[in-house]
Amino acid sequence: MKILVAVKRVVDFNVKVRVKADHSGVELASVKMALNPFCEIAVEEAVRLKEQGIATEVVVVSVGSNAAQEQLRTALALGADRAILVETADEVSSLVVAKALKAVADKEQPQLVILGKQAIDSDNNQTGQMLAALAGYAQGTFASKVEVAGDRLKVTREIDGGLQRIELSLPAVVTTDLRLNEPRYASLPNIMKAKKKPLEVLTPQALGFSTQSTVKTLKVEAPATRSAGIKVKTVAELVEKLKNEAKVI
Amino acid sequence: MAALVIAEHNNGALGAATLNTVAAALQITDQVAVLVAGRNVGAVAESATRIAGVSKVLVADDAAYAHLLAENLAALVAALGRDFSHVLAPATSHGKNYLPRVAALLDVDQISEIIEVIDTDTFKRPIYAGNAIATVQSSAAVKVISVRATGFDPVAADGGTATLEVISTAGDVGLSVFVDEQLSKSDRPELTAAKIVVSGGRGMQSSDNFGLLYELGDKLGAAVGASRAAVDAGYAPNDMQVGQTGKIVAPQLYIAVGISGAIQHLAGMKDSKVIVAINKDEEAPIFQVADYGLVGDLFDLVPQLQAAL
Repeated sequence: MKILVAVKRVVDFNVKVRVKADHSGVELASVKMALNPFCEIAVEEAVRLKEQGIATEVVVVSVGSNAAQEQLRTALALGADRAILVETADEVSSLVVAKALKAVADKEQPQLVILGKQAIDSDNNQTGQMLAALAGYAQGTFASKVEVAGDRLKVTREIDGGLQRIELSLPAVVTTDLRLNEPRYASLPNIMKAKKKPLEVLTPQALGFSTQSTVKTLKVEAPATRSAGIKVKTVAELVEKLKNEAKVI
Repeated sequence: MAALVIAEHNNGALGAATLNTVAAALQITDQVAVLVAGRNVGAVAESATRIAGVSKVLVADDAAYAHLLAENLAALVAALGRDFSHVLAPATSHGKNYLPRVAALLDVDQISEIIEVIDTDTFKRPIYAGNAIATVQSSAAVKVISVRATGFDPVAADGGTATLEVISTAGDVGLSVFVDEQLSKSDRPELTAAKIVVSGGRGMQSSDNFGLLYELGDKLGAAVGASRAAVDAGYAPNDMQVGQTGKIVAPQLYIAVGISGAIQHLAGMKDSKVIVAINKDEEAPIFQVADYGLVGDLFDLVPQLQAAL
């Protein structure tokens, strides 16, 4: 089967972001960017399915600025076969990304599409579900285990009270949870080889979708800061404070 | 203008997050309907009619909705949603699963995990693991919104007198099949609704040592949570994880034991009213958000704390 994997370029998860002084967004200039951690897990799962002989080809796709080519190269170094960048300078919402991925899926006809469960910048947790809806595919979100059984997909999902197992017809969309796998590191020879793998650049115009969104961001602010606390010396002092000062026990 | 709230329920009882979601909906409009979809949901629907402020309860009783599978539920909600100005669901694992599918079927953007209603089309939501708060405005004909329960005080579960209406259903769209569920059994309060939460991190060193936290939790009537490090190390099950990618809690009292306080963990608990940190590393970032910090060995301090209560 052919697997399509969507990846996103985001601020590195270790960076403590700062809100811009004019409240238009967060400071992204000269901040370290990286592959979204959940997308790494998605690439890893696709590559493992290829190593097991289940997948024949792994295609990675990203929607965004030209700089996202860097993250596509990373995915190629991790084992993907070729890459597609849907290039747009516009700020894109999850629905727009889902429409871009739907257009790519129509072209590529994958049996399985794997995405991360959420991007750590917008924290939306929408794109996979939206793509599944637009394409009319089944969805297996927050997956911690995925097995291909003929033309069916067995997915174990992380839900609030524990785990849920479902079976989906293919083609399907899967979104990865943290515990699906442990992504590998790209080796230097693989990083070199990845430079020669094909990377196709498409535009929204060529794919026939609009980047218009029904949502606009009016303002971005820093969250309210907590006032500094105190250090207590003993357990007795802690219990006394909790009882009499904070009145929470 | 009217809002449709999708009820969260499980095994015949209404989920607590439904009440917070109704509270958010009532800040938008006083015309709030609740959809109860599932199999044999008579009792849940009955209790939904008593939620304060709800005017109508729609009941969709069909085997296709028994396990809230996204494919079937989203088709139902999208068909109903066209008659409403707002469709809201709690940002639980169920809500996060089906609601974006609803939004895409309606061809509108979704607004995820709102924490404040500014007006009928403007909302506040956290981004970047809660390190920034965005104010967003929607021009969509139907505004599809998931609600972070900890951002809204729940409405009363009693006192309402909504009418009940059974609606016709389309049934199974035939894309997915429920196999089974393995739910963690616990007598402790639910993590997201507990007044007190005791959480352990990598510093607990083993799953056996988590016993200390369960004992402390029982003494306080508290739920027990964990950091990602503790879950990944196998000390605690996944569904106990508090953080950006786990559960978001905002209890009266949060006690972090052996947790360093990574950004991703803080995103899940920094709206707690009072935070207590117990850690042997006095430089740990958790002390920057803790109201009361206690530096020392948790294996001495936690039993002492339990004895002192």
